[in-house]
Amino acid sequence: MPIALRSLTDRLAQSAPLVLALIAALAAASLLLLALDADVGAAYSALFQGAFGSPNAAAETLVKAIPILFVAIGVCIAFRASVVNIGGEGQMIIGALGGVSTALAFGATLGGWTIPLALAAGFVAGGIYGGLAGFLKARFSVNEILSTIMLNQIAVQIMNFLLNGILLDPTEAGMNNIPKTARIVELAELPRLAIGIPGLIDPPLFDRTRLHIGLLIAVALALVMTFVLWRTTIGYRIRAVGYNERAARYAGIAVGRQMILAMFLSGGCAGLAGAVQVLGLQYRLQTDGSPGGFTGGAGFNGIVAALFGGLNPIGAIPASIFFGGLLVGAQTMQRAVGIPAALVTTINGVIVVFVVSSRIFVQARQRARANPPPAAPIASAPLPEAGS
Amino acid sequence: MKSRFALVVLFVFAAIALAIVPLSAQDDVFSVAAVAPSATTDLAFSQSMFDALTLLDEEMGEAFEFTFQEGTFIVDDAAVALREWASSGEYDLVIAHGSQYGSIVEELAAEFPEVSFAWGTDVNTFGLDNVFAYTAASDQGGYINGYLAAMISESGSIGVVGPIEVGDAKLYVDGFQVGALAANPDVEVNVTYIQSFSDVPLATEAANAFVANGADVLTGTAQMVVGPIGVALENELAWFGTQSSQADLSEGAGVAFQVYRFDVILKDMIAKIGEGTLGGESYTITLENGGLEMVVSELMSDEDMVMVLETIETLTAGIIAGEIMTLPEMMEATPEATATG
Amino acid sequence: MIENILTASVFASAIRLATPYMFAGIGEMFGQRSGVLNLGLDGIMLMGAFCGYYAALTTGNLALAVLAALGVGAAMGLVMALVCVILKAEQGIAGIGMYLFGLGMSELLFQQLVGTPRAIDGFPRLPIPILSEIQFLGIGEIFFNHNLLVYVAFALVPLALFVLNRTPFGLMIRAVGQNPAAADAMGIKVARVRIITVTVGGMLAGLAGASLSVALLKVFQQNLTSGLGFIAVALVYFGRWRPIGVLIGALLFSFVNALQLQMSAIGIDIPAEFAVMAPYVITLLALIFASKGTDKPTALTKPFDRGG
Repeated sequence: MPIALRSLTDRLAQSAPLVLALIAALAAASLLLLALDADVGAAYSALFQGAFGSPNAAAETLVKAIPILFVAIGVCIAFRASVVNIGGEGQMIIGALGGVSTALAFGATLGGWTIPLALAAGFVAGGIYGGLAGFLKARFSVNEILSTIMLNQIAVQIMNFLLNGILLDPTEAGMNNIPKTARIVELAELPRLAIGIPGLIDPPLFDRTRLHIGLLIAVALALVMTFVLWRTTIGYRIRAVGYNERAARYAGIAVGRQMILAMFLSGGCAGLAGAVQVLGLQYRLQTDGSPGGFTGGAGFNGIVAALFGGLNPIGAIPASIFFGGLLVGAQTMQRAVGIPAALVTTINGVIVVFVVSSRIFVQARQRARANPPPAAPIASAPLPEAGS
Repeated sequence: MKSRFALVVLFVFAAIALAIVPLSAQDDVFSVAAVAPSATTDLAFSQSMFDALTLLDEEMGEAFEFTFQEGTFIVDDAAVALREWASSGEYDLVIAHGSQYGSIVEELAAEFPEVSFAWGTDVNTFGLDNVFAYTAASDQGGYINGYLAAMISESGSIGVVGPIEVGDAKLYVDGFQVGALAANPDVEVNVTYIQSFSDVPLATEAANAFVANGADVLTGTAQMVVGPIGVALENELAWFGTQSSQADLSEGAGVAFQVYRFDVILKDMIAKIGEGTLGGESYTITLENGGLEMVVSELMSDEDMVMVLETIETLTAGIIAGEIMTLPEMMEATPEATATG
Repeated sequence: MIENILTASVFASAIRLATPYMFAGIGEMFGQRSGVLNLGLDGIMLMGAFCGYYAALTTGNLALAVLAALGVGAAMGLVMALVCVILKAEQGIAGIGMYLFGLGMSELLFQQLVGTPRAIDGFPRLPIPILSEIQFLGIGEIFFNHNLLVYVAFALVPLALFVLNRTPFGLMIRAVGQNPAAADAMGIKVARVRIITVTVGGMLAGLAGASLSVALLKVFQQNLTSGLGFIAVALVYFGRWRPIGVLIGALLFSFVNALQLQMSAIGIDIPAEFAVMAPYVITLLALIFASKGTDKPTALTKPFDRGG
C-alpha cells in the first residue's frame, strides 16, 4: 500500500480523539457564547451551515483552504529537513508580487502561457525568499525562527514600497493613491471550477461560486511533493538531514545544501499560495499595510494545518479543508448570530489548543498497536531538532 | 417600485432554494449591511460609519435596520460577507467601508445588478449604475486643524503621525500642512508615516520623538492615534484629531476634531434607492454638505474657545466659498488664492 | 547633522521601546532554556495588557494592575505548560492557539467591559534622584528618567543571570533543557521544572503587556501589541538564550526603531517603508556578523517521556 494512502487510513482510525477534542472545545466555547447571551444552538448551526451548508458555503470553505494547503505543503517539506518555516506570510507576499508582476508585464502577449509563467514566477520568488532563510541558517547559523519572523515584516514593507511605487495602478496615481496594482488581464485569471456531468450533476456543482482551479493545483502539488519526498533521491536526502543530521553528514550528504533546498521548495509552495490568491481571487495585489490583510493569516494557519495533517502533504489536504471550514463558518456565525468577531478568534484559539492537546491520546493508541508507520512520524512526534 | 418588489421576492425564493438561511425581506424596512476593517469603537474610520448608521437607526426607527461586520481587515473575509449579503437579497444597500474592498465591489456589483452597493473612500463607481462611491475631503478639516495648530504652537514645531500615505489619511495630512503654513509660514510640520493603521506602540514613540524635538502640537489619523493622544496628555500638549471625535479620550489636550458624518450622504443614497436609482453616483463629504463637521473640545478656556470657534467659522466659510485652497496641488494652480485667513 | 539625530532622547526612546521585549524575552528565555518554546507570547501579553489596564481603570490602584497582569499571565503560562509538558502537545501549534485565544479574548473583554479606549493615569515618570540630573552625555535622561516598570525590566537581566548561573534551580533549568533524561536520572523532576519556567515566563509576558498598557501607552486598544510578542521570541534566538544576549537584541532592535522615528521627526526624507523595515533588517544582519556557536537547549520543543 502506498505510504500516502496508508497514512490516510491511519489518520481515519486515529480520528476519534480528535473528534472528542473538537466536541470538548466547542463545549468550552459555548460557555463563552452563554456568557454573551448568544443562542448556542443557533451559533453552532450557523457555524456548520456557513462552512458546508450549501454549495456556495462549501465552495467558500475550499477557497479559504487553498492558500492554507499550499503553505501547509511547504511547511511539511521544511519540517522534514528539520527546518521550522514560520515565514509563510512573507513568502506568500513575495510570491504574490512575483506572480502579479509577471502577469502584468506580459499581459495578453503570451496567450495561454501567462498563467503557468506567472505561477512559476510566484513559486520561484517565494522559493528564493524562503531559500534566503535556509541560506542564513546553513551558512551563518541564523536560526530560522528568528530570520523568518524578521523576513515576514520585511516582505510587507517591500510590498508596500512596490505597490506605492512602480507597481501602483496607473489609474490610482494622483487620485486616492490606494496602494494596489492594476488589474491583471482576463487571460491571466485562473478559471473558475465547477464539477458537472451533463444529465447527472446538472447544473454543475460549485457553478457561480468563487471556487477556482487553484484547488486542483494545490492537490496536485500535494501529490507531487509526497512523491518527491518519499520516492526520489532529493526527498531521501532532505529526510535524512531531518532524521539525523550528523548521520547524514557522515553519509556524505551536503546538509546545508539540503536545508537551503528544503526551504526553497517550502517557500516556493507558500509563494504559489500568494500567486494563486492574486490570479484566482483578487486579480490584483493590494495592501492595507499589514501582512494579514492580504494573506488572511494563511501563512500561520498553514503551519497548524501541516501539523494536524501529520507533517504529510496528503494529510494536509483534509486538515486545510477543516481549517478553511472553521474560518468561513465562524464568519457566518458572526453575521448570523451577531457575536463579536473577537469571540470567533477566541474560539479558534480554544479549538487549536484542545485539538493539539488531544494528540497524546492518538499517540497512545498508536503505541498500543505497536506498529507505528515507518518513516512517517506523526504530528505529535517532537519537532525534529533544528540544530545548527 | 413594483419591479423591485418582484426582484426581491425572486431572490428570496432563490435564497431558499439555495438553502441559505431563509428570511423574508420586509419591504417597508430599509436594510443595510456594512463591513469595516477595524472595530466600531476605534475612534477613527470604522467608528465613523458605525456612528452614522446608528444615528440613522435612531432617526428612522422601525423603518431602518442595519447589520455591521467589524474587524474585517482580511480583504478576502470581507469578500465572503459581501457576497453572502448580496446574494441573500435581504439588503437594500450593501456597504463596503474601506478602499481595499474596491475590487470586490466591482466584481459583485456586476454580478448582482439588482443590489445597491456603496463603498469608500474612493470616487470610482466602475461605470456601474448600482455602485455609489463616497470619499471624504479630509483636507478641508485638515486645513482648519493645521491652521489652528500653527496659531497655538509656541515652539513653531508640529508633529503628525500618519499610517500609510494613502486615501483620506494622505488628504488630511496634506491639508494640515497647507493650513499650518498658511497661518504661519515659519512653522515646521514634520510627518511620520508608521506604515501601519494599528501599531499603537510605534505610533506612541513616533509622537514622543516629535515631543523630544520640540513639538508642542500633535495630530494624527487612523486608529493607532490613541497612543499619540496619550503622549499629548502626558506632556500637556495640544491635540487635533480627525475621522471621529476623540474629545473624551484626549480630555484637556484635545482642541478640534474633524468628524466624518456619513449619515448625510447615506440619507441621500436611501432616498435615491427608494426612487429606484441604485447607484452610479460618487459622493464627497465636505464642510459644505455637512458631511464634515468640526467639533471642538469643551474643556478649553472661554477665551480659547472663542478664538477657536471664530477661526473655524472664518476658515469654513472661506473653504466653502472656494477662496481657500486646502491642497498643495490646488495652490500650484492658483498661487494667489491662499492669502485668505 | 549627526548631533541632531543621535540625541539623548533617541537613546531614552530606545530604552522605552525595549521594555516590553525585555520582560517578554527574559521570560521566554527561561521557558526555552528548560526546553519549551512558547510561541503564544503575544496572546499572553495582550491579556496581561488588558487585565492590567482594566484593573487600573476601575480601581486606580497600580499595584493591583500589576498583580492582575502577573496573575493572568501566570494562568495562561500554566495552561501552556500543562498542554505542552503533561499533554505533550506540539509546542508551536499550542502557542499559535494561545496567541489566537489571547488576541480574541482581550478584544472581547475590552469590548464588553470598556467599549471605547479611555486613558488611565498609569505609572508616572519616576526620575531617580541625583542620577537623573547627570548631564554628561545625557546619561540622566537616557537611563534614569523613566517609569518604574522600565527600571524593573532592566533589573531583570542581573536577576536572570543570577538565577540561571548561580542557583540550584538555574542549574536544574539548564540540565532539563540540555539533557532531560540525564536530569531525570539525577532525580530532577523534569516536568515540574518546565511547568515552573513556562508559568514564570507567562507572568513576565503578562507584565510585558502591562508595561505597555499601564505604563508606556496608558491606554488599551484591540491588538495593542501588534505582534510585538513574536519579535520577543525572535530576540530570544538572537540572544542565544542568554540574558545579556536578549538585552543586546532588544536594545539594538529598539535603537534602530527609535533612530528611524527620530530621522522622520526632524524631517529627514527617507521612504517610510525602508525606515520601518530597518530594525528587522539590521537585527538580521547583526546576527549574521555575530560570532557563531550556540547555547541552544538541545531538548527545545521536545517533550520529555520517562518511558522512552
